[in-house]
Amino acid sequence: MRLRFNLALGAFLTTLVILAGLLAPWLAPFDPVLDADLMSSELPPDGTFWFGTDAQGRDVYSRILYGAQISLTVGIVSQVINSVIGVTLGMTAGYWGGWWDDLVSGLTNVMLAIPSLIFALAVMAVLGPGLPSLLIALGLTNWSWTCRIARSSTLSLKSQGYVQAAQTLGYSDLRIMFTQILPNMMGPILVMATLGMGSAVLSEAALSFLGLGIQPPFPSWGSMLTDAQRLLQLAPWVAVFPGLAIFLSVLGFNLLGDGLRDSLDPHMRTRKP
Amino acid sequence: MTAPLLEVDDLHVRFPVAGTGLTGRGKRLLHAVNGVSFSLAKGECLSIVGESGCGKSTAALSIMGLQEPTEGEIRFRGRPMTGPSAPTRMERAKAVQIVFQDPYASLNPRQTVWRSLADPLRLHGITAKSESADRIAALMRSVGLTPEQAGRFPHEFSGGQRQRIGIARALILEPEIVVLDEPVSALDVSIRAQIINLLLDLQDQFGLSYLMISHDLSVVEHMSDRVMVMYFGQLVETGSWQQIFASPAHPYTRRLIAAIPDPAHFGRISAEPFIDAPNMFAPPAASDLTEIAPGHFIRRTALEGAARA
Repeated sequence: MRLRFNLALGAFLTTLVILAGLLAPWLAPFDPVLDADLMSSELPPDGTFWFGTDAQGRDVYSRILYGAQISLTVGIVSQVINSVIGVTLGMTAGYWGGWWDDLVSGLTNVMLAIPSLIFALAVMAVLGPGLPSLLIALGLTNWSWTCRIARSSTLSLKSQGYVQAAQTLGYSDLRIMFTQILPNMMGPILVMATLGMGSAVLSEAALSFLGLGIQPPFPSWGSMLTDAQRLLQLAPWVAVFPGLAIFLSVLGFNLLGDGLRDSLDPHMRTRKP
Repeated sequence: MTAPLLEVDDLHVRFPVAGTGLTGRGKRLLHAVNGVSFSLAKGECLSIVGESGCGKSTAALSIMGLQEPTEGEIRFRGRPMTGPSAPTRMERAKAVQIVFQDPYASLNPRQTVWRSLADPLRLHGITAKSESADRIAALMRSVGLTPEQAGRFPHEFSGGQRQRIGIARALILEPEIVVLDEPVSALDVSIRAQIINLLLDLQDQFGLSYLMISHDLSVVEHMSDRVMVMYFGQLVETGSWQQIFASPAHPYTRRLIAAIPDPAHFGRISAEPFIDAPNMFAPPAASDLTEIAPGHFIRRTALEGAARA
């Protein structure tokens, strides 16, 4: 029961965030940037402004909908970059072994030893703020766990009969990796990517909160929190709703990842009853 | 006897074994295969028997090209299969194929049987859809399955059916030699006879040469033309199956035959205790085999040992 509940709630929350992001232009009653009106600033939630307004009088609800676009883009794109890097390095290291394996394993351990947010901060400092550098920074810093999992899965799959059979049938190494090994380790990789999306959304919020992510006046959940910190006592809704959005979407990604792991793992066994 | 298809000449395979302790001192070489020579003729079934860890699988892996030998030469139709002029994986594929022991681990669970059979064909230049379809259908029938079943995934088949698919995959490129690595030991007793008979039929039909690795002596007796007994990386006795099963000469072979749980064999061969475990890290140099009957060879040191005992 728990398994289905995890998956269902995770899928529901994730779908909600995706719909919010995709349908923002139609769902949002106000423009997130242009509809600023100082006369109606810091209004508490009411019938017109569902989540209240911020210091510039912009509708918090509309800004959260548009912010979902940023969070989703960051979550998905950075995880795709992470997965591609992690799988490429891990699979080749596990398959070929030798000095390449030593090099990749060493690099992975170094990456694991550096706090990824600090490393992302350093990358952002070099590239400058903005969405593209945010994607690059988060995409380059979180591949180590994916890499480790890809490597260990490859090591165990390599000794399976069908991989050896592919070698004797004349398959090239790359063909073996893509047709025999990769499809059989997609489960754990997918789970890692989904779980990573949650942490990427959090990292985006943290970097934007520090002023390195999305630049004002464009909305992202992290930068909305930054703006809200001065108003925490006067207008708590300006902080509460973006915080809630981050909380629910991260929860959704994590539950989805957990649920996927639970439902995919039994299928990963090569020996089926 | 026709000219040998496969010749193995003084094959050695050694594995480095890490030492103990923090510094890993005392790195040693494990002599898995120690000076094994034999040849395999066209249409012959040659079995390698011996206990776990005696090097029989390692020897087979070397022939498959999955394990580079440390020393020695393997020739296929007179052409070296090892060393600098070794054939590529693609060239080797049409010479030697393998059937694995475990039918559950030997098929890719994410690919249909069709894809497992069609991909190798395409890779080897059979790109026409109709031709590969014909070949797959014919082969599926040869191994006792229907062509329609090729559209299924491996988990939709039973163990015996999966082993048939494994055999089909080994034959799809029409190799001349098939290595059978314990081909029936993972199967139900009721299925074994079917698979053994299938293998014998296919051998006749395609003129295959089998190199079988097994420790199931009743299967070996049923299928083999010749038998080689390996013990701690060395051949200790080799001969026709009649010679090995009717008049085993080496004490280790006698122990093996005496251990067959079959009333027909029971008490026929008297076996004296045989404890002679050589050090795998520093084995004695391989001595020559002595011919004690036409085609029946035995390792000399063992003869002396037997005389002493």
